[in-house]
Amino acid sequence: MSAITNSELDRRTLLRRAAAVGLVAAPGVSFLSACAGGSDAPSTPQATGDKSADNPLGIDAKAGVEIVIFDGGLGTKYATDVDTPMFNKKWPDAKVTYSATQQVATTIKPRLNSGSAPDMINNSGADIMDFGAIVKAGQAADLSDLFAAPSLDIPGKTVAETLVPGAVQQGTYDGKPFAVNYSFTVFGLWYNKKLFDKNSWTIPTTWADFTALLDKIKAAGITPFGFAGANASYYMVRAIMTSAAKIGTEQVLKDIDNLKPGAWTNDAVLKAAQAWGEVGTKYIDKSFLGLKHTEVQLQQDQDKLAFYPCGSWLENEQAASTPAGFEYAMMAFPSVTTADQLPAAAINAAAGEIYFAAAKSKNPQGGKEYLRTMLSKAAALEFTKLTKSLTVVAGAADGLTISPGLTSANDALSKAGKDIFMGYLFDTWYKKLDDASREAANQLMFKGGDAKKFCDTMEAASQAVAKDSAVTKFTRS
Amino acid sequence: MRHGKYPFIIGFLVVPLALYLVFVVGAYLQMFQLSLTDWSGFGGFNYVGFDNFVKLWDDPVVWTALRHNLFLLILLPLVTIALALFFAFLLNVGGKSTGGGTRGVWGSKVYRIIFFFPQLLALAIVGVIFGRVFGSDRSGMINGLFPESWTPWLFLADERWALTCILAVLIWQAVGFYVVLFSAGMGSIPEEIYEAAALDGATKITLFFRITLPLLWSTLQVAWVYLGIAAFDAFALVNIMSVNQGGPNNSTQVLSMQIYLNAFKFSQAGYASALGVVLFFLTLTFAALTLRVTRRDAVDA
Repeated sequence: MSAITNSELDRRTLLRRAAAVGLVAAPGVSFLSACAGGSDAPSTPQATGDKSADNPLGIDAKAGVEIVIFDGGLGTKYATDVDTPMFNKKWPDAKVTYSATQQVATTIKPRLNSGSAPDMINNSGADIMDFGAIVKAGQAADLSDLFAAPSLDIPGKTVAETLVPGAVQQGTYDGKPFAVNYSFTVFGLWYNKKLFDKNSWTIPTTWADFTALLDKIKAAGITPFGFAGANASYYMVRAIMTSAAKIGTEQVLKDIDNLKPGAWTNDAVLKAAQAWGEVGTKYIDKSFLGLKHTEVQLQQDQDKLAFYPCGSWLENEQAASTPAGFEYAMMAFPSVTTADQLPAAAINAAAGEIYFAAAKSKNPQGGKEYLRTMLSKAAALEFTKLTKSLTVVAGAADGLTISPGLTSANDALSKAGKDIFMGYLFDTWYKKLDDASREAANQLMFKGGDAKKFCDTMEAASQAVAKDSAVTKFTRS
Repeated sequence: MRHGKYPFIIGFLVVPLALYLVFVVGAYLQMFQLSLTDWSGFGGFNYVGFDNFVKLWDDPVVWTALRHNLFLLILLPLVTIALALFFAFLLNVGGKSTGGGTRGVWGSKVYRIIFFFPQLLALAIVGVIFGRVFGSDRSGMINGLFPESWTPWLFLADERWALTCILAVLIWQAVGFYVVLFSAGMGSIPEEIYEAAALDGATKITLFFRITLPLLWSTLQVAWVYLGIAAFDAFALVNIMSVNQGGPNNSTQVLSMQIYLNAFKFSQAGYASALGVVLFFLTLTFAALTLRVTRRDAVDA
């Protein structure tokens, strides 16, 4: 046998051995378990101090506090330049250790499991941790004492009383609050006010006016409506859900969140899906299914797309690509039927951006005190100035001249009056259902608008989650 | 001298072996353990026996993913090896023969470098670049080549073609490496054999099928196993390129994507580990079968 064939055989033997111990097989799996096994980690001794009027959470004035901030659309300046200095003004001896990350789950999950968690964590972004699972595993600190503590700079009120309605509820799991949802987002249909003014297109409140306007826009050679199917179809899910709530009140969404049988085949959901499915078949650009949110949003900035369903972060996100002739404005989703139970002005506005104190950290009370600092009126005002996002601290941004888009969102809020509803939570509670809804929305909007199929698919997915004993269930009322 | 040999060898082996035991073998053992639990990925867990395996047997998405893995498993090695063989043959023996010797087509050295280029790019970058090439509107590179009246091809947004797009990128990325591998194999085939055959009046095609192919057999076998394993993975490209991570409508769903989604998104690490165990055994079975079925006596050169 020659040297050549010999070496070939060696390679084969080597390969076979390698395969036998799994060197080359399924490389993606092995790192899975890198963070396992910390389940019974011994509890860390935790810093506490004496409770007093000045120190309602009983923190140790000398213990350091470690915070982790998500470095995304909101930036990190609000933490480094506003919250930390404010915290240190009150607690000069408590050293704040700060870090920022874009990979929240990758960096934080192993630390939670090994029992050495940071004290306050901003759970956000594409690498967000499943917060329901964190609560179930006992990794998040109960924030009842934080919300019952007096506000830092609004005299005579507890922290909970200074927040917009629904803000505490949104971070509540089975009756106990575990998260501060800090930013306040208003959802609606976004458009270029200057473009609409130029064409004297008026803002519709009924579905008939809406589709008539979509026809006019189409005739003008602009794609009337669109969203990004590749990675942001949950904006469309929100549009469908908002319409369903307008038809049949927020109860429709509560039933969906509670995984109630028949919640998705409800008449309100069906009607909303029918209405939007028709928009999908007639007015959408089919190629949007393959595009990412940045690409679709850019098309809107270039006036190639008229309506885009999104939250009030849109204007800030697009700041760099918005040309001079473009002025963001937002309208409430129009009424679907004439018998809608909520008025056309009703709006879905929800607290978002989770901040929580870790239960198994060195200084959870310190983490909570940091949150109390963030929830002060002064910190909230600075946050809105820096990020152009409203916060859940009620009225903190009043009197502030904000950008046109945010002003328009604020106007929509005041027009809605008492008809502001929090929306749904199934997307954070049940990630699998969230994924299913994104896919179903894509199918509805890009593949023929079959509303019944949308309802049936989602009903089946919802009942599958309900039956899965491995998934922790939550309820709301 | 002799008794000092083992400590010397062990000294070299201990570090890599320890790393391997902890980060590969240990991780695998833990995966087997976790596949029998209901671990969410956070905190503690309970043992649930084979529940996870029953669940995945009944999960239609897992079967869809397996079908797609099978599609890749058949086509990726087949097309890649065929293309790589063709190019390698042209580069090495495809040119005009002068004075009895064999050589590649004109400029073959340059081509060889160009073919190898994709291999130097990180898979993530390849994914992003081809995401643009396959853009579903006029800003996409391919759709942009056509006139204004053209209705853009949807590519990754089209259920029927999405997986084929990903297959094409996998092939594009892999071919270069196998061209080099096969070239090396062909380079070690003695020239006299080609000369003798050429003197007997053998055509290029005969040379390829009667000489090159049989003498390259064991290289091909290795290539087949490597590509098969790549087909079982395909995670990076699916994650970066596909619509909605495995969509549209699960048309690009593969097993590795399911593992990722269950472990890191749906908080079902136990279930994901069970999928990992399945993937482990599938890959192992595939490698063993391929080596067994394709076994031939090596042609003695």
